[in-house]
Amino acid sequence: MPPIGEIIRNSQIWKSIFRHPAPVDRRNRIVVMLTNFFLHLHPVSAKKQGIALSYTWCMGGVTFFLFLVETVTGVLLMFYYRPTIEWAYSDILVLRDVTSLGILRELHRWGAHAMVITVWLHMYRVFLTGSYKPPREFNWVLGVILLLLTLLLSFTGYLLPWDQLAIWAITVGSNMARAAPFLGHEGPGSQLLSVGGIDMITNASDARFGLLGARFVGEETLNRFYILHCIAIPLGAALLLAIHFWRIRKDGGISSPM
Amino acid sequence: MHGHLTYDEFLASISGFLCSYYLAVAVMNGLFAVYQWKVNGNQRLAVVWSVVGLVCVIMGGIVSSGDAGMISYVSVPDSIKNMIDAAMMPVTYSLGTLAILFALFITREYWVKPNMAWLGLNLMLIFMGLSIADVDFAAIVMKPDNVPIVGLIFLLAFFTWLATYKAVENDRRIAQGELPLEAIDNEKVLVWPDLVYTELICMVGLTAFLLLWAIVLQAPLEEPASSVKTPNPSKAPWYFLGLQEMLVYYDPWMAGVMLPNMVVAGLMAIPYIDFNKKGNGYYTINERKFAYLTFQFGFLVLWITLIVMGTFLRGPNWNFFGFYETWDAHKVQAMNNVDLSQLFWVDLLHQPLPRPDPADPFLIKTLIIFKREVIGILGLIGYFAILPPLLAMKEKRLFQPLYRRMGLIRYMVMANLFLWMATLPIKMLARWTMDMKYFISIPEYFINF
Repeated sequence: MPPIGEIIRNSQIWKSIFRHPAPVDRRNRIVVMLTNFFLHLHPVSAKKQGIALSYTWCMGGVTFFLFLVETVTGVLLMFYYRPTIEWAYSDILVLRDVTSLGILRELHRWGAHAMVITVWLHMYRVFLTGSYKPPREFNWVLGVILLLLTLLLSFTGYLLPWDQLAIWAITVGSNMARAAPFLGHEGPGSQLLSVGGIDMITNASDARFGLLGARFVGEETLNRFYILHCIAIPLGAALLLAIHFWRIRKDGGISSPM
Repeated sequence: MHGHLTYDEFLASISGFLCSYYLAVAVMNGLFAVYQWKVNGNQRLAVVWSVVGLVCVIMGGIVSSGDAGMISYVSVPDSIKNMIDAAMMPVTYSLGTLAILFALFITREYWVKPNMAWLGLNLMLIFMGLSIADVDFAAIVMKPDNVPIVGLIFLLAFFTWLATYKAVENDRRIAQGELPLEAIDNEKVLVWPDLVYTELICMVGLTAFLLLWAIVLQAPLEEPASSVKTPNPSKAPWYFLGLQEMLVYYDPWMAGVMLPNMVVAGLMAIPYIDFNKKGNGYYTINERKFAYLTFQFGFLVLWITLIVMGTFLRGPNWNFFGFYETWDAHKVQAMNNVDLSQLFWVDLLHQPLPRPDPADPFLIKTLIIFKREVIGILGLIGYFAILPPLLAMKEKRLFQPLYRRMGLIRYMVMANLFLWMATLPIKMLARWTMDMKYFISIPEYFINF
């Protein structure tokens, strides 16, 4: 009788799931990269020095992995959390003290901090190796947008526990918006936008109001930030991530000396 | 740590952590000693690092006692703490960091050697260890949301070392006419297994690390939100503290809106203004010194050190506090900042400041304001419009070759982004030396610069 592992790998069920034999020889190591959905993001082969850990620091990959960690833990957290002033804080308390697997929020929060750091380190590496130079200019631009989205994801999530740390950090951060030129009611030029002596830009119509949904950080803000944090920004980031990865391939793979 | 603890209770609460900290440093040094001995065959260095490890074990033993008298032997003496606190101000902190980083840059060929870098790491770790027995230092470093920033400092130190180590080696090779290391032995290999296994190991390692972090350190949760109880200090999330620090020098429309947008625009513009074809795909410094120094100045000096300062050294009322200083909400700092228009009209010309009458028509008001702020406005126009062409003229060595190769538009974009970045240190210097508040101050239209 053949070994049990071989029986399983030769079964109809296994073969129907995995479209390739075990990657133990050169041919099948190529086939696996081409026929597996999760692996097909990668090329079949790459420059040896380009993929060296001491060269890439794996920081882009680590950042993407943290994005996945945040997605999974974030979905689980949504099971326990209601974004209303009445419930938000107490749901976090329950999550901490009552719910089993009580480190869910810790994983999510520390993962978020780590993701900000790894994005910076990824950018640092890409700069120091000159990898933004032609033909990869536009992928660097996409990376800058993704950096911005990472910060915004972290910023919108900061409010959700609805504790003192959250509300005041968001207050300090969003106060900037009221000073936006023309669009903030304390910003330069906003007085010029008045019709018949009636100001168009007030504290109930300016950029800060648009961000918060109110004159100050309150119920509407919590709802707005929740939707931005859980749906709008992740969708945008996922789309840009896909293009970012696709462009790596199209622009010639991980950079290496020309 | 929380103000409610006596010093002895505080020591008891951290002695366990501090002991394992020193033991970890000891193990690290032990492993490095073995590496020196077995791999490099350098017995003398192996002995040196073993002794360092042994000293760490002894320090771990001393702190595990939790006794104030014993721990005072392995902490920074009060006299030195007071000296450091007295010397630390925004100006010494900022210029000191800049000087240290610049000195490291100049001497990079020496400190990138593994043993020198290892010494640097040990000094950083021992400084942390010696300082953590201080209540105030522990309070800022061990606050849960601040821990990532401590991690960030060590990670940046490590990766800056790694990149510089490779760049120094490549620069040496290039100077001798050899190829950079990344170009040697660079045939194509299969991604399975050479890359996917690396990724798998990174994923497993990171998962383990995150789980450990999540178990050891609880995520912060303060009192329920209250819109009437304002905490002092009120801080933005840590990654925006560089921007909050800029509020000391700029109005919100600059620090919170214009400059962040300029940072993003400037980052996006990098690939289009860096025309240097060298240094693509390998670590190098000498082949792209201008780009390297500009980026490092923006990232390490202006972004990271301001975040570190905003997180660790800015206390109640955004006052500056030294590493070992208690965050006292009643600390008073004199603020007698003056505007450039004040300096020009009142102090220099001994005339009253031109003031528009609110009843004046718009045009008259604007003209009076223009007259009042004329020095600042002309200075700003000169800075952004006339300085770049001046820098590009023949006798100026630095920018002229750039202009030649970039063409007018790209050169002006590059020069203006560069000058925008330089406004922050200029404003800082003007504040420190002349108590300068605004170069242009038009409160009538919320335009202060």
